[in-house]
Amino acid sequence: MTDDAPDLRRLRGDAPARNHDARTIAALTANPGCSRRGLLDAAGVDKQAVADHLGFAPRFGQSQFAITRGNSFEAQVKADGCAALLALLRGDLGLDVPAVTSADLAPRGEGRAARHAETRRALGRALSVGGGALLDHPMLVLDIAGRPAYLEPDVLALQLAGRLHVVEIKSFAVVDGQAEPEQVAAAARQAAVYVLALRRLVAELGHDPQRVAHDVFLVCPQNFSNRPVATPLDVRPQLAVLERQLTRLTRVDAILGELPDELSFALDDALPESVRAVEARYAPECLSSCEMAFFCREEARACGATGSLGRALRDDLGGVESVEAALALAAGAADVPPELAETAERLRLAARLRGEALGTAG
Amino acid sequence: MSALTALARLEAVAARRARPLATVRHCHLSATPLVVIPLRLAGEAGAPLAVMLGGARDEPVLLAVPQPRNRDLRFAFAAELGKVLLEYVEASRGVAEDLGPSKDGEDRVRYTGAPQLVLPNTGGVAFLRLLGRSTRFRRTEGEHAVEPAVPALGRWLTWFAERRDRPGSSLTLALTEALRLHWATGQSSVEDANLAALLGWIDPPDGLDGPAAATIAEDPARTPPAGPATDPKFDNDVLAPAIAAFDEGADGAGERVREALRTQLAPTWELCWRALDLLAALPEGASVAGRWERDRDAFTHFHQTFAEGVPQARRDSAVGAARRLHRLERAQESYEAQRAFDDPLVMAEYRLEGLAFGGTVTEADPERLDESGKRPKLRPRLRVATEDPLRLEPGATVCDAARPKVKGKIVEYGAGEVLVELTGGLGKKLTPEPGTVPEAGARVVFTSVTEGSFGPARFPEHEETPWTHGGPPAEYVPDARDAGEAWS
Ligand code: SF4
Repeated sequence: MTDDAPDLRRLRGDAPARNHDARTIAALTANPGCSRRGLLDAAGVDKQAVADHLGFAPRFGQSQFAITRGNSFEAQVKADGCAALLALLRGDLGLDVPAVTSADLAPRGEGRAARHAETRRALGRALSVGGGALLDHPMLVLDIAGRPAYLEPDVLALQLAGRLHVVEIKSFAVVDGQAEPEQVAAAARQAAVYVLALRRLVAELGHDPQRVAHDVFLVCPQNFSNRPVATPLDVRPQLAVLERQLTRLTRVDAILGELPDELSFALDDALPESVRAVEARYAPECLSSCEMAFFCREEARACGATGSLGRALRDDLGGVESVEAALALAAGAADVPPELAETAERLRLAARLRGEALGTAG
Repeated sequence: MSALTALARLEAVAARRARPLATVRHCHLSATPLVVIPLRLAGEAGAPLAVMLGGARDEPVLLAVPQPRNRDLRFAFAAELGKVLLEYVEASRGVAEDLGPSKDGEDRVRYTGAPQLVLPNTGGVAFLRLLGRSTRFRRTEGEHAVEPAVPALGRWLTWFAERRDRPGSSLTLALTEALRLHWATGQSSVEDANLAALLGWIDPPDGLDGPAAATIAEDPARTPPAGPATDPKFDNDVLAPAIAAFDEGADGAGERVREALRTQLAPTWELCWRALDLLAALPEGASVAGRWERDRDAFTHFHQTFAEGVPQARRDSAVGAARRLHRLERAQESYEAQRAFDDPLVMAEYRLEGLAFGGTVTEADPERLDESGKRPKLRPRLRVATEDPLRLEPGATVCDAARPKVKGKIVEYGAGEVLVELTGGLGKKLTPEPGTVPEAGARVVFTSVTEGSFGPARFPEHEETPWTHGGPPAEYVPDARDAGEAWS
């Protein structure tokens, strides 16, 4: 499978492949037009190491306080066969939760393929038997840009009354029924990735994929306490976006076809050139979602790309890609192509009005 | 974003320095602000780590929690912070001005001053709101008793947070937001959220340009983040060992935590004051004082009713929320209009959209009378040459941007010329008051923008809330559960 495709192994420079997780897939689909990220991710390249080597170290460090808090909260919810979680679903959400059989599919050293096979078996069993079942750390696979990718297993799948629910445990607080919108949005995007992967697996096992519910359960600390609270979250919108974006991802084979045969992202002197050979599509959103962001930003700024100022601005400019070209239009450049006539007129007007207001009108 | 803002940002890229988005200052600046920089513990919703605050640039006060997970230390911190804040609030209010009785005969007063909290960014404001939420329900007696300053802190912070939702209010300023209202940088809004980077573009240190200054500002090792989140590397390398030493009861460990936090806060402290200097250098917009007066009214009311009041509810009732939304929308409208009248660069946005036009008066007939009715009416006419793409129809009401009281309507528009008839604001006689009708050759701007066109809100009274909106809300009375709510 992925690990062994020779072309991708060569791209990694024989380094071990990195797993995807829901966060990286959600981020990947946030910028589906970026071939650079698509290829690096498909090949399982360690982007952090690449960025470090390029001298643009990403700043995605995590505070040990946050890690400790996250782990202890998760441990608390999962203690005693997820007793707290099940009590919560019965109490807060009033669900009819029967006794559940649980299977912990956490890594025990064997390979990813073997662990995926184990998840398949456990899931197959739960689906045929029905009834309450809890799969912890299921190892799922999702097809990304024409190649299968393993998902870091950090959720629970819970079967209730014949339906499977994804359960995400997050340590951000829900205060008076509200949490920070960005954090909820990110959790919903990630949950959608798991729902989709789970649905594909359920279908492969010959069951109805709709048995995986679009309602996921988000478990967070309540107010300022450690007490968990469960909130159902409908991720249908995120699922729709995800499915659409996944089909829009440029196929890895197509990207590879355009590139020199010997291309590799090994950490050596040729690295900057190799990275630049693959087309990027930088936007400020990359800063929070991609390890390569500082490198790509520098590249975008160096060539005066309007995209580095944000998508809204680029759209305002009617798609003019370069700062220089846009400023030339504003200054009244001749020979404006017809498709830019409207943008040019607006920019000229804006320039005149700015000049007047600032008293710099010529 | 408009083409004007977009253009300003492109200019900033080319100039490698921020470009102005305003010609006047649109927010009030207090002569005695309270700068507040909060830090919170990573991974926790409401665990304060430290705050640097004060009203004098060379005398920052540092309050810190040496073990942020310890509940008693946290409440001690909240009490200390509460005392500083309350003292500041009292000192800021000046004297009560008597405004004479209102229509229904009640005495009205307004304090001559009001507090102004200055935070580095919107994250800091959000954290203060949470801190307010986690402290305002605490009780001063009984099982979970805390110092009186704790719930008082909570109620004041909640008030500041709620008042901030009102467009144009200056009681709480988030500096990144205030600066972005006045300058455009050559980076994206994501990067502008970093106060140090934003200032780097607006006022780079000698020898550096905007991008170079922003690069230094983005490196947490050289420029600690402005909070409320700390740099994870600082957490792991410096703060965690210091807190561990405190837990072990090592000598001077509390001081070690404080000093570590001071290194993270001091640079931002300096930046905040620099940002205030930059804003202060802009001339104040004409309507700023009026908005600050509304802020002072709100402050006076809250301050005077504080003693008999109860903590703000966890959530608004349905009618309360609708009423509040309506109020905020109105405030937003009039804030935007006021800014346009104060600032030609903001008015330019309306000209770009065709809701205003500017140009030179080519003909003026200041004494023109309309004698079609029983009595003659003063109706001066002006012909204005303009290149602006006007989108107003004949008959549309407009006013003179420089003298908004002078009203008129568009008679004709075409071929780069607008014929305007003035209908009001010219005085009571049949000749216009001097200075109301522009002369030929004058530069003018007319606009259809007016300040606040909303009618008064009609909402059911509290007790008549329709059942579809949850029925009449029970009055909010904090209970023992609120008081004893875990804060761990
Ligand atoms: S940072 Fe670069 S590689 Fe990553 S998604 Fe953005 S453009 Fe693509």
